[in-house]
Amino acid sequence: MKKLQKTWEEIMKVVFFLCGMVAIVMVVLIAGYVTIAGLPAIIEIGPIEFLFGTVWNSTAKEPEFGILPFILTSIWGTVGALIIGVPVGILTALFLSKIASPRVAGILRPAVELMAAVPSVIYGLAGMMVLVPFLMNLFGLKSGTCLLAAMLVLSMMVLPTIISVSETALNAVPEEYEQASLALGATKIETIFKVSLPAAKSGIAAGVVLGIGRAVGETMAVMMVAGNVANMPGLFKSVTFLTTAVAKEMSYASGLQREALFSIALVLLVFIMIINGVLNFIVKRKDG
Amino acid sequence: MGERMEKTYQWKRRAGIVILQGLVWASAIATMLLVLSLIAYIMVKGLPHISWEFLSSTPSVLKKTMGILPNILNTLYLVLFSLVFSLPLGVGAAVYLTEYATGRRLVRVVEFAVETLAGIPSVIYGLAGMLLFSQMLGFKTSLLSGGCTMVIMILPTIIRTTQEALRTVPQACREGALGLGAPKWYMIRTVVLPSCRAGILTGCILSVGRIVGESAALLFTAGVGTVIADNILEAFSKSGGTLSVALYMYVNERGEFEVGFAIAAVLMILVLLINGLAKLTANLGKKK
Repeated sequence: MKKLQKTWEEIMKVVFFLCGMVAIVMVVLIAGYVTIAGLPAIIEIGPIEFLFGTVWNSTAKEPEFGILPFILTSIWGTVGALIIGVPVGILTALFLSKIASPRVAGILRPAVELMAAVPSVIYGLAGMMVLVPFLMNLFGLKSGTCLLAAMLVLSMMVLPTIISVSETALNAVPEEYEQASLALGATKIETIFKVSLPAAKSGIAAGVVLGIGRAVGETMAVMMVAGNVANMPGLFKSVTFLTTAVAKEMSYASGLQREALFSIALVLLVFIMIINGVLNFIVKRKDG
Repeated sequence: MGERMEKTYQWKRRAGIVILQGLVWASAIATMLLVLSLIAYIMVKGLPHISWEFLSSTPSVLKKTMGILPNILNTLYLVLFSLVFSLPLGVGAAVYLTEYATGRRLVRVVEFAVETLAGIPSVIYGLAGMLLFSQMLGFKTSLLSGGCTMVIMILPTIIRTTQEALRTVPQACREGALGLGAPKWYMIRTVVLPSCRAGILTGCILSVGRIVGESAALLFTAGVGTVIADNILEAFSKSGGTLSVALYMYVNERGEFEVGFAIAAVLMILVLLINGLAKLTANLGKKK
């Protein structure tokens, strides 16, 4: 009996260790596979032409595979999302953490959580049916599917991430800081902006970086509102993001075109890894 | 002169306070309005198209019926499959990290891997899943491939929530059990794990939400099939689209917006339910 139990103990120790290693194995597998699948086309096309080529015409007789338009669109789309998402997100987090009464916060906070849980296709659908026609009428465009529409949809999608991470950071600011500021005669709002906000800045930065990750990785919502033409970015132009470039052609691509799509995924993965690295750096520095 | 400067300063200060306060309130109200109008819009547009027939039939050109039963079933199968495999793996990994692991460095590497998994965009999960499960392991485009992809995708959610729950178990409980002579696995099984049931449940519910809302990763792995299989085994060997994927297909590929809105409303109700449940179980965990 005792012996049996001892063996079980040993077995479970190994089982738990293996479970712990699964995450590492998965990351290595995914990164490895995407790299193996993505590198050949980059080498065949030439890294410079691939990364800095401005024309993507994968189905032409003499196909061209330049993904600079996708890279720039992804960057601009993310920047646009942040221009709206960051201020609104941080201010809402300030409201939730420092101003709202428990009852008001008790309504707004679940709403923010819900926003994070809404599937991206629903954001896409709403953007497609409301935002796109609205932009078309407002600016007299031929088609409302454009970079601006994608930016607006993305800004909505990064909001919950920025709000909840920033709120956690703001809640962690020691109360003594704020009390000291209030005691010196600063008003509540002055204290919030000049004491609480700077004290929580690394946490808020982490939220923003997480938001960047979400915006860069978003696919379906963007696919439904951005128009998906491989143009260089312009606010009112139909554009393709890195993510949508992969998703759009994957179902029918073959040969070099298909391999080039894997290469785009590899570029996307590199972007995400950099963002993750930055996030890790911010969080570590805060802890240390 | 000095008095006038003092006055302008005071005036400016007050104006600044009012403006900042206005901005904070405006942002909070805007966020709330965005969420409410999104829900209201989807419900108003979608609910009228939902009927029992819509929920309980298959799409068929011959019978002229339009229904989402296959998509509902596919979603259900996928959720069950992913949880069955991801739950033990994720909980095991969390147990390893908090109870067994001794090396700080290894824990840090695993945690970084978990973070990375959480940050990888779903479109890359889709590609990796397609390469790994559909092609290399020969699962083809099937619910099985999609399920395996989902297992990896929800792993970080389950690991994180379980880890958080494990951390709330008082150290004294562990020491008490060990002190009474219980071996480690016995202690974990009878003392630690039972007291973080609520936390693990929350992780499961959040994962369900993630699977229900996922589309990009499933498009290339599980496909878009809408045929009801005779039994579960057959269902997993065939391509099957979930509700979110179906929404995308109906709206973006076929332009059937009424069906799209109806599915969106169904999804929205699901998300509301899932979020409510998650909140409930999270509170349950806190009360203990």
